[in-house]
Amino acid sequence: MSETFLRTAEVPPRAPPAAVGGPFAWVRRNLFSSLGNAATTLVVLALLALVLPPLFRFLVLDAVWTGGSGEACRPEAAGRPVGACWAFIHEKLGYLVYGSYPLAERWRPDAVFALMLLGGGWMLWLDAPRRGLGALFFFGVFPVAAYLLLAGAPALGLKPVPTGLWGGMIVTFVVSLVGIVVSLPLGILLALGRRSDLPVIRLACTLFIEFWRGVPLITVLFMANVMLPLFLPGDITIDRLLRPLVGVALFASAYMAEVVRGGLQAVPPGQAQAARALGLTELQILRFVVLPQAIKIVVPGIVNTFIGLFKDTTLVSIVGIADFIRVLESARIDPRWAAPSVPVTAYAFAALFYFAFCFGMARYAAFIERRLAAGEGAR
Amino acid sequence: MTGGKEPPAVAITGLNKWFGSHHVLRDVDLTVRRSERLVICGPSGSGKSTLIRCINGLEPYQGGRIALAGTRLDGHREAEMARLRTGMVFQSFNLFAHLTVLENCTLAPIHVRRMGRHRAEDLAMDHLTRVRIPEQARKYPGQLSGGQRQRAAIARALCMAPEIMLFDEPTSALDPEMVEEVLGTMVDLAQSGMTMLCVTHEMGFARRVADRVVFMDEGQIIEIAPTDAFFRTPRHERTRAFLGQILR
Ligand SMILES: Nc1ncnc2c1ncn2[C@@H]1O[C@H](COP(=O)(O)OP(=O)(O)O)[C@@H](O)[C@H]1O
Ligand SMILES: [Mg+2]
Repeated sequence: MSETFLRTAEVPPRAPPAAVGGPFAWVRRNLFSSLGNAATTLVVLALLALVLPPLFRFLVLDAVWTGGSGEACRPEAAGRPVGACWAFIHEKLGYLVYGSYPLAERWRPDAVFALMLLGGGWMLWLDAPRRGLGALFFFGVFPVAAYLLLAGAPALGLKPVPTGLWGGMIVTFVVSLVGIVVSLPLGILLALGRRSDLPVIRLACTLFIEFWRGVPLITVLFMANVMLPLFLPGDITIDRLLRPLVGVALFASAYMAEVVRGGLQAVPPGQAQAARALGLTELQILRFVVLPQAIKIVVPGIVNTFIGLFKDTTLVSIVGIADFIRVLESARIDPRWAAPSVPVTAYAFAALFYFAFCFGMARYAAFIERRLAAGEGAR
Repeated sequence: MTGGKEPPAVAITGLNKWFGSHHVLRDVDLTVRRSERLVICGPSGSGKSTLIRCINGLEPYQGGRIALAGTRLDGHREAEMARLRTGMVFQSFNLFAHLTVLENCTLAPIHVRRMGRHRAEDLAMDHLTRVRIPEQARKYPGQLSGGQRQRAAIARALCMAPEIMLFDEPTSALDPEMVEEVLGTMVDLAQSGMTMLCVTHEMGFARRVADRVVFMDEGQIIEIAPTDAFFRTPRHERTRAFLGQILR
């Protein structure tokens, strides 16, 4: 080649070389692309081969699916190795879902579950019509309706059911949902307060957030249970379920506030300035410009907090609330169902229950993120 | 001073502003007639953006007075009035990232002017057509080129029917080939009789459009002159030095 160059023949664009296709090429590219990769793949395969067959054998092949008592799940009675005792879960399912909620009234929690699915689905389905209304329903109407249905309202012909009888998944859902429904709005308010121009508000919000973040949830629950009544006049008693509910909700709000604050900081100040220049009021700027963007940015963080909250609700069992885990505990020590594999089955069921919900939340968050990544971005 | 009966579009007298102890605007006096086009230039950090933002009511100031069409603005309510009379275009566009171009344009008319959605959308489409991007109305800012974004930002400001348009280096963040389309939009706007204050270093644009040019340095107005005179016979040596650097 010489020092200078002048193009004489145009180079037209060509199609890229065809990718080497087929499953074999895929395996090679993704699993065995280097020596280290190949070794890792082999180790992982070996581990899977070690773990999966016995697990499958225990959970499915050797499992006992029917039976009226622990008898069916004892190896000596069954005359074969016995895996998971699903018959036990099957019989106890009502108790695990409703606790001691009166049999005749169980349609009421069912109705609450249905409302929850409706409201949750409405809000989470991104293309649903009138999603604003869905959010209003979920954060406004649903909590009230759920409370009236579960606790009862003689005026509406619903017999009162004391919270002491609530149990199982109902309680787990009630505690998590109250946490979620309270912590998001309260967290947003706290985050805004922490960025306020007014020193008093800023200090109050900062103290509140740091206090709840600095104390373990167990301590919060014990304090709510033991100390809350001490501060109140003797003739006022707070419902035993309400105490940990308040604790969990405030605790979650503090974490949510920090997540939301991160989002607020990530929205460039130019956005609010442009809105101000257009004549929007500070409240309108928050509502239409800053918050929507901040919340979108922290969807993963919000869902992460929800997941943590959902699992942390198991701690309320420590202060005597019959949540799902505690109900499961008392079901598994039922002497009628004394069999070696019953405890393992119970815990496996609990693991599946929590995993299904947490994994679902995580997948939904991933889906939202992908949706938000498309299209939007630069300002 | 203006020679007419009607008050000037902008009248600034003895304006002073500090950031902490940093004196960023010092005794600024400036009068802008209705339909006048003013270009403000000066080195970085000379206070051009701050001046524009004071006129818009975005920044408080500690001394002096600003009147828009005879109405003084000091205090909170007046600052809000100022925002309704002026439209602002930023260097970094500042389009609302989570809204489509059309929604960017209708947000303020709907919530500030209390306009119905349909009317606001018709209005927005008119202005988007005026800046020649009606086909981008349903897209998000992230899907537009820089030049299209800045034109959308101009349309958004115009939707509030401002009496005065303020531009703060509207082409500085653009790739060179997009500068012209935005300047073209601004020339159209100038020809429609809009009062304009433009912070810009596009001296070609200043020559073509500006009635007068203002040169600022270190928080002070150093020189104000009719465009021709400003470029042909700059009087202050700092102006000459600046023009020497920028025109080369
Ligand atoms: N929010 C702020 N806080 C403190 N100082 C600022 C702020 N904004 C601008 N300044 C300072 O004020 C001076 C003028 O800034 P600016 O008006 O942005 O200049 P220009 O737009 O001419 O480059 C600069 O020295 C800058 O550092
Ligand atoms: Mg500037």
